[in-house]
Parts: sequence; C-alpha cells; structure tokens
Amino acid sequence: MTVLVDKNSKIIIQGFTGKMGSFHADEMIKYGSNVVGGVTPGKGGSKHLNLPVFNTVKDAVNETGADASILFVPPAFAADSAMEAADAGIKICVAIVDGIPSHDMIRIKRYMRRYTKSSKMTLVGPNCAGIISPGKSMLGIMPGHIYKEGRIGIISRSGTLGYEAAQQLKNLNIGVSTSVGIGGDPINGSSFRDIIEKFETDDETDAILMIGEIGGPQEVAAGEFAKENMKKPVIAYIAGLTAPKGRVMGHAGAIVSAYGESAIEKVEILKECGITISKNPSVMGDTVKSVLEKM
Amino acid sequence: MDIHEYQAKKILSNFGVTIPRGGIVYSPENAENKAREIGGSRWVVKAQIHSGARGKAGGIIVCNTPLEVAQATDKLLGKKLVTNQTGPEGKIVNRIYIEEATDIEKELYLGLVFDRSSESIMVVASTEGGMSVEEISKEKPETIIRSKIEVAVGMQNFQARELAFGLGIEPELIRRASDTIIGCYKAFSELDATMVEVNPLVISKQKQILALDCKMSFDNNAMFRRSQVSELRDKTQEDSKEIFASDRGLNYVSLDGNIGNIINGAGLAMASMDMIKLAGGAPANFLDVGGGATPEKIVKAFKLVTMDEKVKVILVNIFAGINRCDWVAEGIVDALKKIEIKVPLVIRLAGTNVEKGNKILKESKINYIEANTLEDAANKAVAALNE
Repeated sequence: MTVLVDKNSKIIIQGFTGKMGSFHADEMIKYGSNVVGGVTPGKGGSKHLNLPVFNTVKDAVNETGADASILFVPPAFAADSAMEAADAGIKICVAIVDGIPSHDMIRIKRYMRRYTKSSKMTLVGPNCAGIISPGKSMLGIMPGHIYKEGRIGIISRSGTLGYEAAQQLKNLNIGVSTSVGIGGDPINGSSFRDIIEKFETDDETDAILMIGEIGGPQEVAAGEFAKENMKKPVIAYIAGLTAPKGRVMGHAGAIVSAYGESAIEKVEILKECGITISKNPSVMGDTVKSVLEKM
Repeated sequence: MDIHEYQAKKILSNFGVTIPRGGIVYSPENAENKAREIGGSRWVVKAQIHSGARGKAGGIIVCNTPLEVAQATDKLLGKKLVTNQTGPEGKIVNRIYIEEATDIEKELYLGLVFDRSSESIMVVASTEGGMSVEEISKEKPETIIRSKIEVAVGMQNFQARELAFGLGIEPELIRRASDTIIGCYKAFSELDATMVEVNPLVISKQKQILALDCKMSFDNNAMFRRSQVSELRDKTQEDSKEIFASDRGLNYVSLDGNIGNIINGAGLAMASMDMIKLAGGAPANFLDVGGGATPEKIVKAFKLVTMDEKVKVILVNIFAGINRCDWVAEGIVDALKKIEIKVPLVIRLAGTNVEKGNKILKESKINYIEANTLEDAANKAVAALNE
C-alpha cells in the first residue's frame, strides 16, 4: 500500500479554472498524477486543460469516480469546499490555501464527525505543500523532482523545510516513500500522530522523519503515540530554538503559549519518547542515514 | 490582532457583561470633565497600551478628585510605558481610560482560549484573580477550573453554572455570573476571537459582578468578515517595521540580534535562525517572504531589512521549488540595483536550477558571499560579522 495517494488515485481540482488551480493542475499532470477533472461552480459542462469541469463535487465524483481532491479556493470559501468534498465521498482532500479562520477549521472538523471512520474523508492542511508519493502521484504544489523514490516517510508542518529535508536525503542517495505537509495552522485536518500511524502500517516505509516547530501539542502527542505503538524508527527536527515566546512566527500556529510548546521542551519530551533528534536543520539527512545504518 | 482594554470592555458589554462606568480621553482637560460626568468620588486613570502588567509599570493611577484625574492623565499621556511584556522600548500611551473606582470584595480570573489538543474552546477560571494565568498555574494550580465547550452547540447554561459554583460565588449571584461567562463565550465565538481574558472579574461590595480589566485578541485570518473589529487596530502599538511588513504581505518579527534574514517559508526561516544561533550569532529578525519568493517580495524584503540599523550582515536563504533559482536570482540582482546594501551579504540558493541561479549571481557582479548549505550560510554570516 501507499500512504494516502498512489498511481490509481483519481484527482479533481476544486477551484480548477482559477490561476493557482490551473497552474498547479498542470504541474501535477506533468508529474504523472491522474487528474480527472475539476470543479468551478457555474462553469460545469465546459472543458479546462482538456479535462471536464463540474459545478459540484458530487457531479465530479459521479462522472469520473474521483476519490482525491485538492483545494485552490480563496480562504473565505475553503471551509465550504472542504465540507462539500467530504459529503461527496472524496477519500483524501488536500487544502493548500493559507488564511482559513481557525473557527472555520473547527467547524469543518465538527462537520466531519457525522461520518463513520471508514467513510470519513482524510483532510490534509490547510496552509501546506500537500502530498507526494515519488514516482506515483503528487497531490500538492511541491517541486516533484527533488524527491527520490525510496522508503522514508516525511511529515512536515513547513513546506520549504520539507523540501530542504527531501533534498538532503536525495544528496545522500536516500529516497522518500511519501511526504506529507500537514501545514502551519493552529487547527489542521491531520496531525503528526494521524500520519505517523499511517506510516507505521505502510509496507513501503522503513523510517519516518517528522519536521515540527514551536507551538501546539501535536509533536508531543505523536511522540507519545510512537513510544507506545510504533516499531519503525522516528527521527525528528523541531524548528524555532531562537523564537521568542508569545510571538507568531509566520505560521499562524507557530506560537509558544503553554508548557511543552517551545522547541527545547519538545526536543526533551521527544527524546524521552525514544525519538532520534536531528540536532540542527542542516543534518536532517545525515541523522536519517545514521538511523538507517543501525537498522 | 490585539485591541485596547476599553475596546474589549465595549465589546463585552454588548454581550451582556457589566463593566464599571468609564470613558476614553485624549487630553487632561477631557479627563477632568469625564471624571465629573462619570460621577462618584474615586476614579482610576488607566493608560491604554497593548500590554498587561500595566499597574506595576505605573500605568494605572487611583485619584480622589477630578483635578487629580487631570494631573494623572497629563503624567501618562505621550509617555512610553515599559512592562514585562513590552520589551525595553516600551509602548506609547496615546489614550487614557477614566473609570469609576470599584469597591472590590473578591477578585476572580476568567479566560477563554482555543484548546489545540481537543480543538474546542476552553474556558479557564480561578479564584485567584489579579495574578497572571501563568502565575496562577505555577503557584495555585489547584484553584484552576476548566470547561471545554462543544462549538457546534455552544456554551450551555449548566457549564457556566458549574464554573460559577466552582468559583465559590454565592447563590443569589450565580445567575448574573453565568450570564457574564456566557457573554464572554458568545463574544469569543461570534467575533472570531482567539483570546478573551477578564482579569480580574470582580464581585463588588455592592454585589455587582464586573469586568475590571479585559483583553481580547482576534484571528487575523478572519478579519475579512469582521470589519468592525479590524477598525479597532491601533498601529501606534505595533513595531513600525512589522507594520511595514504586514502592509506588504511579508511575515516579519523584529528580534534583538544583528544578522538580518530574508528567507522563503516560515519553517525554513525558523530553521535558519536556529543555525545562526548555533554558529554563534544572533538573528535581527524573522522574515518569511512566502514560499514563492517573487521578485517584488524580495525587493520589499531588502528594503525592510536595511531599515533596521542593528543589521550588520544580511543572510538570504531561498529554497526554490516551482519558482526556480534562476528566476529568484534575477529577482535578487534586480533588487540590488534598486537598494544599496552597505553590509556584507551572504546568499544561499537551493532547489530547482541552483547552478543556473548561482551563475546569474556571479555574473551580475553584485558583491556577495556564496553559501551552499544551511550550515555554510550561517557560518559565513557569523564570520562576516567578525571581520
């Protein structure tokens, strides 16, 4: 199995005919992703990039059998689009958009409680780079060529820091099974814990690199989960050693407001959970390599 | 986005929270008149700045005559108040709130925040009002009571009652206390707030429940639908460089060091700052120009970083994806034609077309130091500082 997306994933673009949607749809198609169409309300029945455009996600699912979607709609409408995808039976939805209000994110997550675990959509993001399974499919906005095919799972809140890690691994001739950007917002669709759990059961992944940062409880929750439930090694880097307390560092979620949310505290707690720490961002690749050599 | 105490009080009073009588003034003459208008025999003159701990910094003065109110206002207006939250430069006092003094019987704490673990709204209360919530959790953690609110159905009366009884409020005041707590919840949820704090919430000797000091913060991402809230922004309370940045779509935080940063992506920016620290230096700022690092953003970023007199070295670290290093390099060269850089400049490009990008920089004859890795960039920036 592959985590979240593979060659068979049928992808639709929500916000298909806009500038961002068009550009990244084209990039995904060039990478080899199976994009089957898109949704722009009011433009149903037309063609865009040689693919069908639908008025609703339900129409798109009925006509194309789509099971994955990616959102390029403006922040004010993103919550509505994500809920529409969930209701239409999409299995995996990536929200790239930066700037969704936190109250809206809570609303989306409450809305999704109506579905049973087996029929519930996985939401990744917002404010993220998306998902890539190198050589198979890209449901995101990352530069595909920096990822070598391989057996390391990457999870990152930051987009460019995730790229940095993929590049370091590639320079060491280490490849990636799937890379998931979970995004920089305080409330997100999938947490570190949600994704490492998927990697633990993925037979194409040997080890997981988790790239966290200051703010929020998710790195620690993932560490505690790994300690109790995981056999595969987890390597982590936490950004923001020098970040001042109480200030938002770019990402809306990158703010230290409670104990256990600073970089130093997270590193200490993760070490206690048996996770190998990359001591600085320049050695993420080397740290993964040294863990692989011991396996 | 933060707002002033008097603005938060106005909002909460619209949601049924009782506040002491008061008014905002901008001059000592106004202040004296306002005190007479409010009536009573004691007043509190409160400096309005975006910071807590104003009392310890001398920003809150109790007065016994309208003349004293005028004098206290005169003393505070135009002054920079330094509290343990403002940093050494302090914050300017441009507005004064005059309020009738309250005979306090009991001081309580009430706060509402997002709880990121349960993804719900958490109401926190304590009998130890007047202390900061950090102090309460350190010194009297046993007094803290919490209630998690299911946002889909909102706060229920029983939840507010439980908190009120938990605070030891006497039975005849429970109704009033519950209404106050629910009012704060409604303000939080209906206005896209990220924090509401009433500290202290007091019970007066006249058995009134009053919000004596309030703080509210709001979600910047939701301001597009909260025009009445966004109008309350007071730019005099923000760092001028941070305003310049936010007006231009840049994410910037001013810091104490002397190595200026221009980086794409918040995570990479934090990581670069960490590398500078490990290399023995200190960052002058956090600056994220956005994942795309467009030429326009790069020009703005150079302008911003060179505005900061502390900056002795500039470090540019761009990981180009779909935007390609050659395009980013052209943007940098173009920016340096428009802006004169008087300090050493270290540039590290990585990602798509990195060789092409570095070639463009070299051939442009701009004066810079090339770096290859994150570590190399930080080391070279620190070395340039010491030359």
